[in-house]
Amino acid sequence: MSKRRLIALERIFKNGVINFGRNIWIAIAAIAMMAITLTILLFAVVANATFSHTINEITSHIDVSVYLKDSVTEPQRDKLIGQLKAVENVKSIEYISKNEALKTYVKQNTDNPDLLAAISETVNPLPASLNIKPNEPNDLQSIKKFLDKPEIAALQSDPTSYSGDRKAAIDKITRATKFFQEAGVIGIIVFIIISMLIIFNTIRMAIFNRRDELVIMRLLGATPWYIRGPFIVETVLYGVVAALISLGVCWTLFAVASQTLEASSFGLLDIGYSSQYFSDHLWQILTIQISIGIIIGAASSALATRRYLKLNN
Amino acid sequence: MILLDRVTKTYNRRGPALERISLHVEPKEFVIIVGPSGAGKSTLFKLLTREEKPSSGKIIVGGMDYERLNDKDIPLLRRKIGVVFQDFKLLNNKTIHENVAFALEIAGIPTQEIKHTVPKVMDLVGLLGKENHYPLELSGGERQRVAIARAIVRQPKILIADEPTGNLDPKHAWDVIKVLEKINRFGTTVLLTTHNQDIVNTLKRRVVTIKDGHIVSDRAVGHYKGV
Repeated sequence: MSKRRLIALERIFKNGVINFGRNIWIAIAAIAMMAITLTILLFAVVANATFSHTINEITSHIDVSVYLKDSVTEPQRDKLIGQLKAVENVKSIEYISKNEALKTYVKQNTDNPDLLAAISETVNPLPASLNIKPNEPNDLQSIKKFLDKPEIAALQSDPTSYSGDRKAAIDKITRATKFFQEAGVIGIIVFIIISMLIIFNTIRMAIFNRRDELVIMRLLGATPWYIRGPFIVETVLYGVVAALISLGVCWTLFAVASQTLEASSFGLLDIGYSSQYFSDHLWQILTIQISIGIIIGAASSALATRRYLKLNN
Repeated sequence: MILLDRVTKTYNRRGPALERISLHVEPKEFVIIVGPSGAGKSTLFKLLTREEKPSSGKIIVGGMDYERLNDKDIPLLRRKIGVVFQDFKLLNNKTIHENVAFALEIAGIPTQEIKHTVPKVMDLVGLLGKENHYPLELSGGERQRVAIARAIVRQPKILIADEPTGNLDPKHAWDVIKVLEKINRFGTTVLLTTHNQDIVNTLKRRVVTIKDGHIVSDRAVGHYKGV
């Protein structure tokens, strides 16, 4: 790059910064709009991560419990386990003996002596069970079909537990997540378009305000890029400022939220996880925010200058 | 230095603004172009600065054939031609120094060199010491001299002055003309349009008269009888 070009580039940046300062009052609307857009984007990203986290949390706990009659012999049990392993969608099988079940029960009820008094190792009403973890918790049909076979059902002391309530919750969250993802994408697109329109208009006004200067620049032999560049630098700065504002607002919100709600769940949104995710990914989020801000700013001013600066004569 | 060969410029609605104009200007010449309003003088200047393209004909300025110019050559062309306008076209929110420096900044001249060059040009147009004033604090004649300073600061081979005295009283008009003569003595080709009969007749320079888009006379030491 020649020295003159370098000087020109430096002046384009300098003039962009000067114009940014000069135009700040006109630019406020554009910056505010872009900050809102970026904030919505950030919330969408964080909410999405949180929902997936919640779904993972719940699905990893979902399982199928098969309660065995006390009369089931060891070979029968091993055969059943072998058969189950061959069933589609079965990830793992854990055998819980009557004793283990009792221990867990005792542990869960240490502060309830009445319940404990009724049972002991000699009088153990709890059945042994097989704990099946599925690969895909939303589709337990194959497992259910197998367990419902008469010869298999005959081995069971109690009806199979499918963690049915959890499945309903997962379905609900999955639907909600999908809805939020779709609504989020549409919302983000709408807001990006609105902020681009506002920036476009801001630059149009700036071009109009400075039309004398631009005509003179052109007549004195300024290159199109020397005239256009500062407008683009200016809107790129809108993007950077908007990203910083957005990040500041979100940071404050998460800080306040995690303090007051302290890791409690807020509906389906686990605020604790959200704010953890936010602070863990702060740099990535900042980079994304700033890059998107820059892209929105540069694209809209590139369009506006193309449309309103008559540079080719 | 300037060669127009059978140049015609037709705007869409009206008839031709210029029709088959041929003009040859030697280096270092001082040419006055006269003619009534709407005769085609401004169109001629717009063709020379490539604000307009000719409908037909050939234009060569300083060795550059306009037919072969790309869009990206136009800024370079304009840096080689100094232009002065009737309405000055100064930036009123910039100081005199900044206005003149502006032309150099656009051309990518280093800041140090700009600081060095601008005062010299201010001296040439007789405005040394007024660099920190704003245009609106100056008289019309002074403002036009700032515009001339801006036009010549890049040492163009050609200076085009479109009615530079049009808005000025006689005393200030003469100040401006004297600066143009001085620049011409230093070797710059000057093209001047004016309505001022007094100036034309006193200067005793080549006078080209344009009327209705045609050159009706071209005299080495011309007179102007008004319109």
